[in-house]
This record gives sequence, structure tokens and C-alpha cells, in this order.
Amino acid sequence: MSKNEKYSHESYLEYQGKYKGIWGWLFSTDHKRIGLLYLYSIAFFFVVAAILGLLIRIELIAPGPTIMDAQTYNGLFTVHGIIMIFIVVIPGLGAVFGNFFLPIMIGAKDVAFPRLNLLSWYIFILGAILAVASQFAGGGAPDTGWTFYVPYSSTSSTNVIFALTAAFILGFSSILTGINFIVTIHRLRAPGMGWFKMPLFPWSLYATAWIQVLATPIVGITLLMVIAERVLQIGFFDPALGGDPLLFQHLFWIYSHPAVYIMILPAMGVVTEIFPTFSQKPVFGYGAIVISSIAIAAVGYFVWGHHMFTTGISYWSRWFFSFLTFIVAIPSAIKVFNWISTMYGGSIDLKTPLLYAISFIFLFMIGGFTGLTLGALATNVHLHDTSFVVAHFHYIIFGGMGFAFFAGIHYWYPKMYGRMYNIKLANIAWGVLFTGFNVLYFPLFIIGIQGMPRRYFDYLEQFHTGHFISTIGAIILIIGIFMMLFNLIYYRHRGAVAPSNPWKGVTLEWQIESPPTHENFEEIPEIKTPPYLFKKES
Amino acid sequence: MFGGASNLAEGVDKAFVFIFTISFIFIIGLTLLMIYILIRYRRSKVKEAMQFSGSIKLEILWTIIPLILVLFMFYYGWVGFAPMREVPDDAMRIRTIGRMWEWEFDYGQGKLSKVLVIPVNKPIRLDLVSEDVNHSLFIPAFRVKEDVVPGYDNWLWFTPLYTGEYEIMCTEYCGLLHYDMVTRARVVEQDEFEEWLENLEATGLVPDHPGLAVLKKNGCMACHSLDGAKLVGPTFKNLYNSQKTVLVGREESVILADDDYIKRAIYQPNDEIVKGYSRGLMNSYEKLITPAEIQLIIEYLKTLNGE
Repeated sequence: MSKNEKYSHESYLEYQGKYKGIWGWLFSTDHKRIGLLYLYSIAFFFVVAAILGLLIRIELIAPGPTIMDAQTYNGLFTVHGIIMIFIVVIPGLGAVFGNFFLPIMIGAKDVAFPRLNLLSWYIFILGAILAVASQFAGGGAPDTGWTFYVPYSSTSSTNVIFALTAAFILGFSSILTGINFIVTIHRLRAPGMGWFKMPLFPWSLYATAWIQVLATPIVGITLLMVIAERVLQIGFFDPALGGDPLLFQHLFWIYSHPAVYIMILPAMGVVTEIFPTFSQKPVFGYGAIVISSIAIAAVGYFVWGHHMFTTGISYWSRWFFSFLTFIVAIPSAIKVFNWISTMYGGSIDLKTPLLYAISFIFLFMIGGFTGLTLGALATNVHLHDTSFVVAHFHYIIFGGMGFAFFAGIHYWYPKMYGRMYNIKLANIAWGVLFTGFNVLYFPLFIIGIQGMPRRYFDYLEQFHTGHFISTIGAIILIIGIFMMLFNLIYYRHRGAVAPSNPWKGVTLEWQIESPPTHENFEEIPEIKTPPYLFKKES
Repeated sequence: MFGGASNLAEGVDKAFVFIFTISFIFIIGLTLLMIYILIRYRRSKVKEAMQFSGSIKLEILWTIIPLILVLFMFYYGWVGFAPMREVPDDAMRIRTIGRMWEWEFDYGQGKLSKVLVIPVNKPIRLDLVSEDVNHSLFIPAFRVKEDVVPGYDNWLWFTPLYTGEYEIMCTEYCGLLHYDMVTRARVVEQDEFEEWLENLEATGLVPDHPGLAVLKKNGCMACHSLDGAKLVGPTFKNLYNSQKTVLVGREESVILADDDYIKRAIYQPNDEIVKGYSRGLMNSYEKLITPAEIQLIIEYLKTLNGE
């Protein structure tokens, strides 16, 4: 097929609805277009926050002030955290690939509430703009860290209220998307698709959606309470007003720990789709993967206390939270074993999506195993609030969720745009990214064990080498990110036309045109077989 | 790395070694297995994939084995941690104050020190008091850390095993100079300790100048030094009745730091910013410091002139 030849059907990209041009996107209720709106806005904020992260790393290349003062540094890591957590990572996979592929993978024409879906995007954008504005308006960038710990956050003279409001608004977007997905999965599965004939990415979105709906309101009300404390001087958390500072931490982590699973469950779902396709083999242990998703979502509610091991909570609460933390590690381990077994005995095509997916396993393992030293009480005391924690969660969130996102975009790109990116360049970009990532974050484990605290603008000489190597890694990583972005953007219109099923996948999205038509399916398919059946039934 | 400078270090380090060893074996093993699979079953060699989709036996196996291993990890973590909460009755108690952005150790009878000096081989209990926001006291060499939370009676204890100097750092983010909230623990022989304590001036007993008390109560010295050092805000030394170049908006002007200016600087701190300092770092203290208290501050500032 030549490069200039175009597909012949009318895809969702050309479809003319009530509105034309840009309005056809801004007022579109098509789940695919909304998915792309999320993709572009999230990619934009990701690049912004990644550059903030790079500035943090450059500041830390040597002891003493390098390119900024302490106040700027504190503002930078706060805004980096707020943007990455609330705007990029929490909505990320669900809002982009969930929106785009959930309906297609379960054989539906759209989500259950298309207009609510569009509203969620607008709420998301409102919150995102407010979060960025908080950096510039009034008293200067918020400097509390993304965790907003009271009493500091109730006394800091910076723009904390802006940032809190932004996080509050973003929470609503998350709740509404969650509700939408739950109803979609319950009501819109194609005829014949029983719960256990549903592919595993939708399953992971289902488990995630319940966390979004049940946990997000808690952080919403908590952030409002901090605002009330600042504005009305009501003493909820600030001991100077008669409040309890640990109450804030409990409420905050009751949401923010499950939020980690909002980030990682869909990531697990994405790679679970990729392993069978590139091995041409059914997923290993379908039932085990489903059960482990649900187990993570359920047990994940009861481990928030491990963020508070050193706050002075009681001996036995430390004991129980540590114990449950180890229990929640098991379902993740089960998934890793099943993914590897899925590849075993397959016919493995090591293309870009699989490269990202296997590096996801590798990085996620490092993140997970280092999490065990943080979950154990004795070692946690030493590592708590050191750069070991910073390395650990970047391995989980960036190495896990981030790499799964990159895996997903390289997997579904031909379906979304009907074009193929340059695979060679994509592989090189992967190599640079993967190298940069490890050079950036691995040294932080080591200086963390040596006692380097996190959120330090300056540090003692013995941590210099580690910080220096880490900054070099950051520069490599950012180069890798831009190579990847260039590839995806440049070949969006210039790439070879992609066939409808370039990877020989068997889930429903590969049975329709690339890019899909406005309504996805001309006729809603009837499902008779389990989801990952590679050989035709005899 | 594993210096083991306190009685608690061994338990912590044992847990470290145990968890890291198992983790290392698994990460390396699974990665090698993955690479082997990728090579052995590459498409150029294996055209037809096998079509199996699960095994209950394997699922049970890789649920039970990791479960047993993590329970051991939990156990080691617990065993290393338990003694941290069992403080001996004869431990020497030192009231430890965290404030933005310094540590202070109170040895009783008004004897205060910015450095933690302690006798070797004696159990030490630090009672952690915060005067403002959350802090966290971390002594890496001793493997101890506990947050310093306002309103909570947190504590930690340890027995230092060797003489020497060890870093103390704040590990709970507490604002602008969080990174600078660093001091040292000096472990010395018993007699040296006694001598040091004997000679420590009881500065805490001398009542503060009433103006200084107001400054302390409001945490002013976190940003304004008394000895001429440049912190976040201008120093108080030789401030009273001095000429200052200030920025009003972007306009520069020279003012006299008299009674009236000092009052304005406390109530509308962002209107006239002394050149070279940042706007927006200080809140108005209109609701917190009364005019009478300002008068006390001014009286105190006068004493800081011309030393």
C-alpha cells in the first residue's frame, strides 16, 4: 500500500456531525474524539510537568543554588507533583484509552452517557487551567508539595487555595468518568459478552472506576476542609486552631493511596492486551488476572497507613497497615507471573509496543520490590521521606503507568489514526527513554539508603555523585521523550497507511476499520467465544 | 552504608538484607527468564504459538510462595521495629524542639543546645515537640526517624554505640529552608558529656526581652536574623532608624526605618520591600501582633543597634 493512498471508508476523524471544524471536536460527544481531546491535553501537561521535573534535576546537579532559589524550587516540585498526579497520571490511561477503546472492546457504539463524558473533559480542563494558573497568580506558586500537609498548607502565604480548588475540580472529572465507565460496562456489553468473556483492559477499567467513584469524594471534602480552615479559620487540622494535623493525613491518604491503584490498574490492563497479541497466544490465567485486579482495588483501600508509619500512629496500627501492605503485594506478583507465562510458548514479535510492555514489567518489578522495604516497619523507619521513596514511586508511576501509556499509544496508534509511525525510530526512542529512566531514578535509591531526604533544595557533599548521575539521566530521558513525541506527531499524517489489524490482534477493536467509523460497528457483533482465542474454532 | 551506630541499626539492617536479597533474586531471575522467552520463542524461529491458557496448579504455586516470602519480610520488618517502641525506663530524656527551620535540644534547667550532645552507650529518649508545622527527626546512622507533629507527644529512642558525629536532618517538608534544617548528633564519653553539660550556659533561664518574646512567639526569627546574617528577610541587627532602599511596586525609594515603617512592615509587609528581598513571602500580622506588642518589638530592636 503506498504512502499517499488513503483508506476508503469515512472514519470518525472525517465524520461531519452538527458542527464543523474545531467545533466538531469541542462539541463532539463521540467517545473517540473525546479520547483524543484528553490525549492532546494530557500530553501537553505531561510535557510541561516533565520540563519542570528537568529543571528540578538541573538544580540538584550540584550542591548549593544552581539555577534557582529555594522558594522557586519548592514551588517547582509542588506544581510538578500536582500536574503529574492530578492531571496526567490519575486520569491518563482511563480518560485516553479507556474512552477510546472501552466501548469498542465491549462492542458498543459509545459510552453510556456521551454528553456527561464531554462535560467531564471540560471539568478536567477547568481544573487543569486553574492548577497551572496557581503557579503564576497572586502570592506565587504553591509550595506545600502535592500532598498539602497541614499545618504548613494552612499557613503558607502562597497560592494554596488555587491549587486545592484545582485538585477538587479535577476530582469531579474523575468521579464522573468512573460512573460513566461502570454503567457502560454493566449495560452496553455486546450480546453474548458475559462478564468473563470481556477483555482484560475493560476489566481493569471496571475495577478502577469503582475506586474513582468511592474514594475521590473523600479527598474532595478534605481539600474543601483545608480551604475552610484557611479562609474561615475553622480548626479542622491546624493545632493552632484546635485541629488535628494527623486527621488530615489520614483523610488525604484514604484517597491518595487507592489513587495509586487508579493509576496502575489500567496500566496493567493495557499491557495485558499487548502480551497475547504479540505472542499470538491466549492470555495466561484470565481468571487470576481478573481476580487480582479486584483484590488490588479492594485491599488497596486498607493500606493508607503505610504513608504514616513515622507520624506517631499507634504500635498496632503500624503493625496492621504493614501486614496488609504485604498482602496487597500478592495480586501484583500474580499478574507478573501470568504476563510472563503468556509469552512463554508464543510466537513473539518484539515490536515497539511489546518493548514498552516488557520494560513495564522490569520497571514495575523494581518499583514493587523496593516497595516491600517501604512496607516493612523497620526498614520504612530508615527510608521514609528519603529519595528512596522518590525513586520507588517514579518506578511505579512513571516506569509503570508511564511506560504502559507509551506501550498503549504505540499499540493502538495505527487503530486511532489509520497510520503507522516509524517503527525503527520508535525502537530507538524506546532505548533512549529506557536508559535515561534508569540512569535518572536508580541512583536515587542509593542516596536514599544513605539518608538523602526528599524535597531538599540543597544537600550534603556525600550525595553529590548520585545526584549528578541522576541529572544526566534526566537529560537522556527528556531527549527520549521528545524523540518519541516527534515520531508520533510527524508520522500522524505522513506514515504508511495502517491496515485494520497490523498486529493480528483478536479483540474487537482489531475487527473494525482503522481508523474506526463514527459508530464503530455497522452491526453490533455477537460474542460467542472467550476474548483471547487465536486459532479459529474447528 | 551499614554503619550500625545504634542498638537499633542491626534489626533494621537485617530486614534490609533479607528483603533486598529476595528481591534481587526475583528481579534478576524473572528478567533473565523474560529475556530467555523472548529469544527462544521469537517469531523468526517459532511460527506457530502454543495455545494453552492457564494452569490452576501454577496459579496456586505462585500465590502461596510469594505469600510465604512476604510474610517473612513482614516478620523481619516487625522484629526490627518492635524494640524502637520499647524504651528502657532509665533512658535519658531530652526535650527536642523542631521549629522552622532549626532544631533545639533542651537538657532541662534552661540548658539549651543546637547540637545534640549525648553520652555513648546510654539509652537516649528524644521527646519531640513542634512549635509550628510538621517536621521529622532523622538520624540515618542510628536508623531512627519520627515525625515532629504539633499537638502530638511523639518520641523516639536509641542507644548510640560509638563516639563520633552524625547528621540529623528534617525529613518532613516544612517550607522554605526545609533543606537547611540540619544539625549534628555528637556522641561523646560519659565524663566528657558531663563536663559539656556543666559548662552549657543556661540561656533558657534568662527571661527574654519582652520584645524578643513577641518575635519568638510569632516565629519571626525563622526569616530575620538577630546577628546580621542574611536570611529570607532582612536582619534585625542595626535595623532601627537605618536608611533602607525599598521597592514600592517597581519604584525604588529610600526610607527611614522608624517606628512608623516598622509598623507598616509588620501589617502590610508586601507594600514596601527592602531591595534584594522577595515579595509575597510574608503575611500580614495585623491580626496576630497588637500595636502594643509592636512597641515592645521596637524597644527590643533598639537594643540590637551599634553592637
